[in-house]
Amino acid sequence: MKATIEPSTRSSEGANPAAPTPGEAVSQPMNVSSNQSTGGKPSGNKPVARKRSRSGNEWFGKTYTMICVSVLIITIFSIVYFVASKGLATFFVNGVSLKEFLTGVKWAPDGEPQTFGALPFITGSFMTSILAACISAPLAFCAAIFMTELMPKFGKTVMQPVIELLAGIPSVVYGFVGLSVIVPFLRSVFPGQGLGIAAGAIVLSIMILPTITTIATDAMSNLPRGLKEGSYALGATRWQTISRSILPAVLPAMLTGVVLGIARAFGEALAVQMVIGNAPHIPNSLFESASTLTSVITLSMGNTIMGTVQNNVLWSLALMLLTMTFVFIFIVRVLERRSLR
Amino acid sequence: MKQIMEIDRLNLHYGEFHALKEMKLDIPERTITAFIGPSGCGKSTFLRTLNRMNDLVPGVRIDGSVKLDGQDIYGADTEVETLRKRVGMVFQQPNPFPKSIFDNVAYGPRLHGIRDKARLNEIVERSLRGASLWEEVKDLLNKSALSLSGGQQQRLCIARALAVEPDVLLMDEATSALDPLSTLKIEELVRELKQDYTIVMVTHNMHQAARVSDRTVFFLNGELVEADETEKLFSTPVDARTEDYITGRFG
Repeated sequence: MKATIEPSTRSSEGANPAAPTPGEAVSQPMNVSSNQSTGGKPSGNKPVARKRSRSGNEWFGKTYTMICVSVLIITIFSIVYFVASKGLATFFVNGVSLKEFLTGVKWAPDGEPQTFGALPFITGSFMTSILAACISAPLAFCAAIFMTELMPKFGKTVMQPVIELLAGIPSVVYGFVGLSVIVPFLRSVFPGQGLGIAAGAIVLSIMILPTITTIATDAMSNLPRGLKEGSYALGATRWQTISRSILPAVLPAMLTGVVLGIARAFGEALAVQMVIGNAPHIPNSLFESASTLTSVITLSMGNTIMGTVQNNVLWSLALMLLTMTFVFIFIVRVLERRSLR
Repeated sequence: MKQIMEIDRLNLHYGEFHALKEMKLDIPERTITAFIGPSGCGKSTFLRTLNRMNDLVPGVRIDGSVKLDGQDIYGADTEVETLRKRVGMVFQQPNPFPKSIFDNVAYGPRLHGIRDKARLNEIVERSLRGASLWEEVKDLLNKSALSLSGGQQQRLCIARALAVEPDVLLMDEATSALDPLSTLKIEELVRELKQDYTIVMVTHNMHQAARVSDRTVFFLNGELVEADETEKLFSTPVDARTEDYITGRFG
């Protein structure tokens, strides 16, 4: 019996169904670069209608994808170049010392003398995002367990959409809610004004919850069925199966999710800026006003003039952010490669 | 001969679908029982009722009785974990955990509370010897189980099942994903294991049933058609449907 031919290839001509068109993908990206453009792989497997136009289509597809990919690459490199040239100008043109920038604790761009110590912002950024991940990761893990193991039906139809909804809420809304709910709460419970690292981390932890949850849920639902069955068949309880079999198996994916979450938290500006207080110093407690790299950039950008050292130093902070993002992506890649083994 | 498992008037429904109909079967101790039949006849489903793996599938209803040593395994006083410890299972696809060989075998004993390292060492060695894998892996115990070949992985899964000292070992087409040589090794192993364990195996391969088993059960469309000693069933089947199947007229 002849296997049924896909309708798409069939549409070419009924006369010669025995020789179907070779299923060559029309527009596989030509491996233009090692750039991680995996997300937008155009699987343009269009049905090739006529033989005559096939080579034309081929040419069109190739050219089109090439153009799209080059636009992407050029954009990315331009941004990196622009940020780097501006950011490095602080050190090479304005003569600010890199060591002072990275380790100095005093930020006074308009002071006499000017000092550009960015350490308060660097620590602020790291503390808020790592603390956010610490709050978010256990929640996300439990949510993922709940949605895949305990109540898969409810999880898939109700919880998953709700959690994905969290990702769609604008960050200004998060910031506003944080400012009107979390900050007053912290203020009444802990000493201090409520604004600070803790408030920022709590707001961020909710913002990155969907990222970590989605990755953890995917990893868990993609586990081979045999893994769970094998554990149950040895007389494991559900909790034993989760803790000894599922958890270790999804750990690398979980870590990937956490790092992606940290990366997102690291780059978030608006919501954090609204609740962190924006004092340019290293706080003594989690409930004391502080700053992050992003918040100081958004606050100061409008008050400086292009080309001045005050402006350039903000670009240096941006460069710092960009570099950290690259580092995070690199960590994710390493984790993914390890989990493949 | 003592009957270790007795199944009586067992019915299983998947939602509306009546998958197993009025099954009645006795499984004698320390024998190999093979289930044969065409795909979708219910033999795997039946096997999975014997250690309640079907509990994991939503929408399954079971009535009737399955007794292990006289105790109803679906009864209120039976703990499913204890049951599965006594009735082990090996699956169609080798499914070792992504852990070391040692940890795979020690997984079961650890579940049941054995922490003592020396004790675990001893159990792991005995189980791996039991599954004829010890000589091949004794120097690689800390290597990942996934680095083994398919046949070795399946024998590791058998060792893992043996480590909790079950009475009955269920094998669900345990050789169908393996090459002929590995299959032969597992068949030999199963015949040795018969000394100490009761083995119930599902196979889609009639020759395997004829080669290995003491008793054979033929299933068709959710019915248990015939159960008899293997030689008898293959030489003088009582039911016409059994004869049609074993002579290759369908399925």
